[in-house]
Amino acid sequence: MSNQPLTLPKKPKSKLKLVKRVIVLIAIVLIYIWTFSNISIRWESIFSVRTLENIDRIIPRFFQPAFEETGSIMEMMIETIFIAYTGSLAAAVIAVPLAFLCASNMVRNKFLNNIGMWILGAVRAFPEIVLAIIFVAAVGPNPFAGVLAIAIGSTGMLGKLYSEVIESIDMNVIETLEASGANKMQILFYGIMPQVLPEFLSYAIYRFEIDVRASSVLGIVGAGGIGTLITFAYMNRNWEEVGMILLVIIITVTIIDQISGFIRKRLV
Amino acid sequence: MNKHSSYVPKGLYPFKTILIISLSLIVVISFYLISSIRTESFIWHFFVKFPNVIGLIGDFFPPDWSYLEQVWPKLFETIHMAIIATTIAVIISIPFSLLTANNVTTTTWIYQFMRFLLNITRTIPDIILAVVFVGLFGIGAFSGIIALIIFAIGILVKLMSEVIETIDMNPTEAIRASGGNGLQTISFAIVPQVLPQFISFSLYVFEINIRASLVLGLVGAGGIGQLLNKEINFMNYPAVSTIIIIVFAVVVVIDYISGKLREGLV
Repeated sequence: MSNQPLTLPKKPKSKLKLVKRVIVLIAIVLIYIWTFSNISIRWESIFSVRTLENIDRIIPRFFQPAFEETGSIMEMMIETIFIAYTGSLAAAVIAVPLAFLCASNMVRNKFLNNIGMWILGAVRAFPEIVLAIIFVAAVGPNPFAGVLAIAIGSTGMLGKLYSEVIESIDMNVIETLEASGANKMQILFYGIMPQVLPEFLSYAIYRFEIDVRASSVLGIVGAGGIGTLITFAYMNRNWEEVGMILLVIIITVTIIDQISGFIRKRLV
Repeated sequence: MNKHSSYVPKGLYPFKTILIISLSLIVVISFYLISSIRTESFIWHFFVKFPNVIGLIGDFFPPDWSYLEQVWPKLFETIHMAIIATTIAVIISIPFSLLTANNVTTTTWIYQFMRFLLNITRTIPDIILAVVFVGLFGIGAFSGIIALIIFAIGILVKLMSEVIETIDMNPTEAIRASGGNGLQTISFAIVPQVLPQFISFSLYVFEINIRASLVLGLVGAGGIGQLLNKEINFMNYPAVSTIIIIVFAVVVVIDYISGKLREGLV
């Protein structure tokens, strides 16, 4: 009896699953074939003497940041932070009514919920840089365009996150308030706000972190901030300055991340 | 009895909380005032500039649909760049995310070093990566792909290492105890636990890469952004609006597909 080899029962195989897997595999392979046969990379110009010369010339300059430019770069970095701050604060406020519109436990109307979702989804689909391009064309190349781009871009994400927070609140509190005769305003301030405010703030600060990174790029299309300097330095092949800008961005973003991480830990 | 019934609470919050809240509110608002004045973006600016926005809509519409023929090849290049960059980034980030998870890499200094490197990588804006690589390798899709790879690795490793840190370590122990080596532990205890999330994050990074590759084109790193940059400089707004609509559609479609795929996975 013990001589019989131990065999495990065969795994149940479902035909449907197998077919599905094969289809997915074929689709992936086709996508890759399509990709690699169409991409145009001029290998001979990438692996050439010129590239080696470039590496020789650029990399050392890159690691000798132009410290003499610190003043003007810091000034632009502060402008970048201001753009991010103004934009995300505006978004944090605009997103609240939209979030209430989307939350199915606040507005009991599937149609209105969907409209809210559509607005937020459409806003999220626009990359910030595209918004910046549109606003630069509309209000001219100044920081205001950047603020608008950041504000609109952030509203999409914040609205979605806020509405998820609102949907997850404890509705018993609201029922209790309603039962004891509170009016709509009182329910909002004593029932809903205390439950959602910490998370709202936490998300807003988190979005501010993202916005600082985002607004450092917007200057490329003329929307103010440190991106403007990147364009100039890059056009003049001034790699020392690019290095310095990068250094300033890394340090500033790290500091802001640390501060906001600290605040968010205290909040929630 | 009477004394109790006349008691009405002044407010729900203690004095200290109110003080902290009002102080932070004052700080927030004053900083807002400073920054909005500095950036010339006080609320009334919006109303002053509003006619411009309306006027601009006139410039952008109607979109120039005949321009579509020129959009397709560049659009496909963008998608190709994102696919290649995501694939390579995923492959590279597997070992790195294992090194950045503190339950797999128990050597503290390696873990700390990797964390530090990762944090630095994530603070570099994608556009600066693109600027540097365009300087090194010249204008074209290759520079964009390299920039996207590094950008994507930063995000992927961060997300992945966090997932790896939350896995159940008992299977790892069991495989070790029955004599499995390090590689076997990883492939039979860790990989099955994290694979769904890993694929989900890869799709998410693919979404991000599509958007990012748009920006990269503005500095000459290939893709549809290059076209966008050109048309903006020519102030060819109908063409710009065609590109924007196409980009919008592509982002929505890809987000939708990858969202559905991710829902099925996790």
